[in-house]
Amino acid sequence: MTQEVITAQDVHLFYGKKEALKGISLDVRQHEIMAMIGPSGCGKSTFLRCLNRMNDLINDVTITGNITLEGQNIYAPATDTVKLRKKVGMVFQQPNPFPFSIYDNVVYGLKIAGVKDRQVLDEAVETSLRAAAVWDDVKDKLDQSALALSGGQQQRVCIARVLAVKPEVILLDEPTSALDPISATQVENMLLELCSQYTMVIVTHSMQQASRISDRTAFFYQGDLIEMGKTKDIFLNPKNKKTEDYISGRFG
Amino acid sequence: MDPIAKSLKSTSVSAKIERRGKLITQLCTMVIVLLVIAIFAFIASKGVAIFGQDHGSVLDFFTKTTWNPDKQDAYHRPLIGALPMIVGSFAVTLLSVIVATPFALAAAIFMVEISPKSGKKFLQPVIELLVGIPSVVYGFIGLVVIVPSVQKIAGGSGFGILAGSLVLFVMILPTITSMSVDALKAVPRYYREASLALGATRWQTTYKVVLRAGAPGIMTAVIFGMSRAFGEALAVQMVIGNAILMPTNLASPATTLTSILTMNVGNTIMGTTANNALWTLALLLLLMSLIFNIIIKYLAKRGELK
Repeated sequence: MTQEVITAQDVHLFYGKKEALKGISLDVRQHEIMAMIGPSGCGKSTFLRCLNRMNDLINDVTITGNITLEGQNIYAPATDTVKLRKKVGMVFQQPNPFPFSIYDNVVYGLKIAGVKDRQVLDEAVETSLRAAAVWDDVKDKLDQSALALSGGQQQRVCIARVLAVKPEVILLDEPTSALDPISATQVENMLLELCSQYTMVIVTHSMQQASRISDRTAFFYQGDLIEMGKTKDIFLNPKNKKTEDYISGRFG
Repeated sequence: MDPIAKSLKSTSVSAKIERRGKLITQLCTMVIVLLVIAIFAFIASKGVAIFGQDHGSVLDFFTKTTWNPDKQDAYHRPLIGALPMIVGSFAVTLLSVIVATPFALAAAIFMVEISPKSGKKFLQPVIELLVGIPSVVYGFIGLVVIVPSVQKIAGGSGFGILAGSLVLFVMILPTITSMSVDALKAVPRYYREASLALGATRWQTTYKVVLRAGAPGIMTAVIFGMSRAFGEALAVQMVIGNAILMPTNLASPATTLTSILTMNVGNTIMGTTANNALWTLALLLLLMSLIFNIIIKYLAKRGELK
């Protein structure tokens, strides 16, 4: 059960000359939810974006160290980022459905991968939307624009869009911070359902959220990984003074 | 009255300046609006005169091909068949837009998606330069370079719709390009990120998300290009041959609404039938540009709703 899916070793990241990650080493295990917490600018989102190489899109970024996905170094020169991103899906902070119909949003990943069979696509739409707990809300308006949905529904459609590609790992960058508490709870419950099949890494500003849904928690501070361990241990018996100060709300 | 109450009740200096500024801007706006209404009313009243006092037929205007307003037909109606120039105008407009749009889109995609750095450094200034060249220069180059080339390839005199379209193509290219660039830039970054994070290549992202999301803006750019092409007078007039004949092929001399206007408006006397007929052409041009503007407004509105 404790098989490592992602292993990061001594990852440094520089924006120009500024060091944003100062040697991060951690691993993510199969079918767990790993939460990353820490004050703004601590590098948790930056690290998350290293895992599917989204930082490649930013100019002037240098990354050193090793990140492996199932034993393969994802920063090896021969790595195909297109294939990598099919294995490592990502959900963003702001719900960002395309300005297309709900159906077209969910099948997007499959269509660009070359799937044309209408039946396969239809099935994928239903299973993904069901898994993302939004099927009942949208089943009668699949041909309508996804932008007409509420924020919470949009975010769940975005998660369904990721699920349709059948990734192994899902990265979530503060997926509920733009949502109201009720929608956020619905998304959280859905993530708990999904963790039997997927490995998830979630960046969150809500410590309650981290404690509610994650198996393990990593605390970042100023580009360093301060502490990592079972969520229960981090929240009840933090070993590091900074961790204790942060989770008790003394700073950040 | 005590000084505080007095200062509260009297108008302050800044409020006076505010009111004066508002008055000046409102006055200026009103002048512009009045000017537009006056131009419209003037051209409209002049433009319908041929159908009123000169007993011209509206049907003839749009369907007949003989343009000789000084002469009359058997029913004593002036010969005002404007179909050749209407067809000519639409032909050069459509043809130039069809040729220019793929080039403009490709340039816009290059500048926004593929190489923003060199796009900004080289392409942007080049395109801005193209806008600044006076249309008589375009016409002159067309006359010296394009007309002989068309003559060599297609035979005839070289003057005609093809030469006109090619000149217009260069003239509307910067318009469509720079507006398409704006349309593509307006597509939010997070659409691109979402697409790439789903395992799309950059080209798939551009083709399936960015172009689709930017479609209303690109359509606006194309219509804007059409409106420019439709209204361009001088450069087209120099290369199209100015023969009031129904165009039979792309390389035979033809004419457009604008070239007839620029050629003849100085040679007619105000109030005569020949002069009134020209005003009708002007009215048609004005209505067309109005229609183009309405389409642009409609597309922009639809883009916002999405």
